[in-house]
Amino acid sequence: MPDLDLVRILEGALFASREPLSIQAMKKLFAHLKVPTEGMLREALERLAFQYQDRMITLVEVSGGWRFQVNDLIAPYLANLQQERPTRYSRATLETLAMIAYRQPLTRGDIEAIRGVSVSSQIIRTLTERNWIIVIGHKEVPGRPALFATTTQFLNDFGLLSLEDLPGIDESMSTFSEDSSLSREAGDE
Amino acid sequence: MSRPVEEKLALAVIEGSVVSQLPDDLYIPPDALKVILESFEGPLDFLLYLIRRQNLDIIGINVADITRQYMAYIELMEAMRFELAAEYLLMAATLAEIKSRALLPTGPNDDDPDSQDPRAELIRRLLEYEKVKASAMLLDTLPRIDRDFFVAMGEPPVKSVPSSPTLVEMEELVLAFSQLLDRVKLSSAHQISWDSLSTRERMSDILLSLKDKNELKLTELFSHNEGRAGIVVALLAILELVREGLCVVIQAEPGSQIYVRREPHA
Repeated sequence: MPDLDLVRILEGALFASREPLSIQAMKKLFAHLKVPTEGMLREALERLAFQYQDRMITLVEVSGGWRFQVNDLIAPYLANLQQERPTRYSRATLETLAMIAYRQPLTRGDIEAIRGVSVSSQIIRTLTERNWIIVIGHKEVPGRPALFATTTQFLNDFGLLSLEDLPGIDESMSTFSEDSSLSREAGDE
Repeated sequence: MSRPVEEKLALAVIEGSVVSQLPDDLYIPPDALKVILESFEGPLDFLLYLIRRQNLDIIGINVADITRQYMAYIELMEAMRFELAAEYLLMAATLAEIKSRALLPTGPNDDDPDSQDPRAELIRRLLEYEKVKASAMLLDTLPRIDRDFFVAMGEPPVKSVPSSPTLVEMEELVLAFSQLLDRVKLSSAHQISWDSLSTRERMSDILLSLKDKNELKLTELFSHNEGRAGIVVALLAILELVREGLCVVIQAEPGSQIYVRREPHA
């Protein structure tokens, strides 16, 4: 199969797909033909991205694969066209999502212990319906509480390749080590 | 303890004016107090605010000071008859406990300095919660789909995948033929009588016409002027062809147009 065809086929398939297209899915496109290798696909994707470099549409790799995105320069214009303002999430919702994203898998109890307040079912429902979090299992303790984790869609929707791309994962959420400086300040009264 | 430096932080906007600092005598309009309380995500958040308001390091908090301030707010809330979340009261109790522990002499066996600091657990929780707050803010600043960036999509072709045609049920075929017979009845005035209609001959005719077209509508395989007998012969011929594996009768979905197709291997 000539390279040019591969590029064009991928271009069409990427536009037709609602979800990002993974290499796996791209191989499926050619089920009735000679299936191209991953190397061939990646090379074709590179060429495709190159061809779009001066356009207002950009080929982007996210966690779930590749997708076309409208260039960020156009985003402010598109925002004017939106019927509904994009949802603004409450601090409680964002804090819950942040904890699940940075500390997964964890239970509702874990979240409550750190936030110091109960996590409302509404928050969990909102995040679940948005398909950003899922229950990936149950902790083997009495009550078998659900263990939450983030989804691939969460990564896609935040334009991330993997959880490692979350900002400041080290500074902001590294597991708290026993802080030696505590002893310095002992004794208030 | 020196007088804490007040941060210029807008606490609330009441009737147009920004409240950036709480008066020393803690007189706050009840509405404002409620607004303040609702802007906190629980007692840890509120404590963090009290600490940060004084530009203090969490590690070095003076529990006695913080407890006094915290309790002043709580008492005020209660005086205003606000329904306080249980978490706030629990925190008040925790603070009181830490304060009283700090007053007690330490035991002779406590060598680990951390275990001697009754504030350690609270400080750990405050630090941890502060990290959560920070990461939540970071998360909110990340570009988000349909808010900061948009996916480019084209409509896929209407019928990207041809649905595989289903084989026609016998009843479907019989029904189609009975409809044809009814139609012929309506035009029976033009009926021409045929001496003999050979099924075999018709089979060849059908195969011949399928040779060019490969696929024909069922209705194309007979003509009205042959009348009832002609249609019956056509039906028999088709059934025979299907039985011999020379043709298939297909239909996209029940009730739709029936096609006769030549078997590719035939």
